[in-house]
Amino acid sequence: MAEKSGMHMEYDINKEDFNSAGEASSKVKKTLNMLGVDNKVIKRVAIAMYEAEINAFIHGGGGMAVADIYTDKIVIEISDHGKGIENLELAMQEGYSTASEEIRMMGFGAGMGLPNIKKNVDELDIRTGPGEGTDLKMTFKLN
Amino acid sequence: MKLSELVKEMDLNVVTGEIARDCDISGVYMCDLLSRVMSRASEDGIWITVMAHVNIVAVAELVNLACIMVPEGIAVQQETIEKAKEENITIVSTGLTGYEAACRLHDLLD
Repeated sequence: MAEKSGMHMEYDINKEDFNSAGEASSKVKKTLNMLGVDNKVIKRVAIAMYEAEINAFIHGGGGMAVADIYTDKIVIEISDHGKGIENLELAMQEGYSTASEEIRMMGFGAGMGLPNIKKNVDELDIRTGPGEGTDLKMTFKLN
Repeated sequence: MKLSELVKEMDLNVVTGEIARDCDISGVYMCDLLSRVMSRASEDGIWITVMAHVNIVAVAELVNLACIMVPEGIAVQQETIEKAKEENITIVSTGLTGYEAACRLHDLLD
C-alpha cells in the first residue's frame, strides 16, 4: 500500500509555452522552503526537477510534473509524451545531446540534463523507449 | 559587499528598476549554459551571462542568485524584465564585457 502523501502537487508542462519552463520547479521549491526543508535538499530537488522539466519541454513535447512530499522523502515524477530516449546509456553521458541548434543557442542542450539529475537524486527510475515517451521518477530522502 | 553598494561602485544599470533583495554577494559565476549555472552558481551570487531571454529568470530564482548581470550593454527583453520583477529577481546591466566585469568584481569583492 502506498504511503500517505503529506502534500500532492500537479503541474502541466505545456510545450507551447516555453517561457513558463521551470515554473513547476519554482513552485515546488517555494513549497519546500515554506515547509522548512533543509536548503541542501531543496537545491538538489530544484536542480534535478528543473533539468527534467526542461527535458520534457525540449524533447518530450510537454507533459506533466507531479510532486509528492512525505515525511521521510520527496518524490517527483516528470512524464512526457515525446518520442522517448533511443539510447539511454548515451543520454546519461555528460556532453551528449540531441537538442536542436536553436535550443542550444538559448543555453540549453549542453548534454548535462540527465547527468545533473543523477548526481542530485537519491533514487532515479527512468522508463523510456522509442515511441513510448519518458517517465522520470526522482526520489530525495529526508533526514 | 551588498548588492546595492556594488551597483553604485560599478555604476550598474538596474534593468528591473529596483533591487529585489539586497543581500551580501557570495561570489560570481560566468557562463551561458543554463545547466552549468544551475549546478555551479552559488546562492546570493552574481551570474554574468549574455543570455537575456526569459528562461534565465527561472534559473536565477531556483538558485537564489543575488542578481543576473548582463554585459556589453545587451538589451534585455521586456518579457524577461517583467518575469524577473514577478519573481523578485534583480537584473543589472553594464557596458563592460563579461571579462572586464569579472575583473572589476574580483577587485571589489576580495
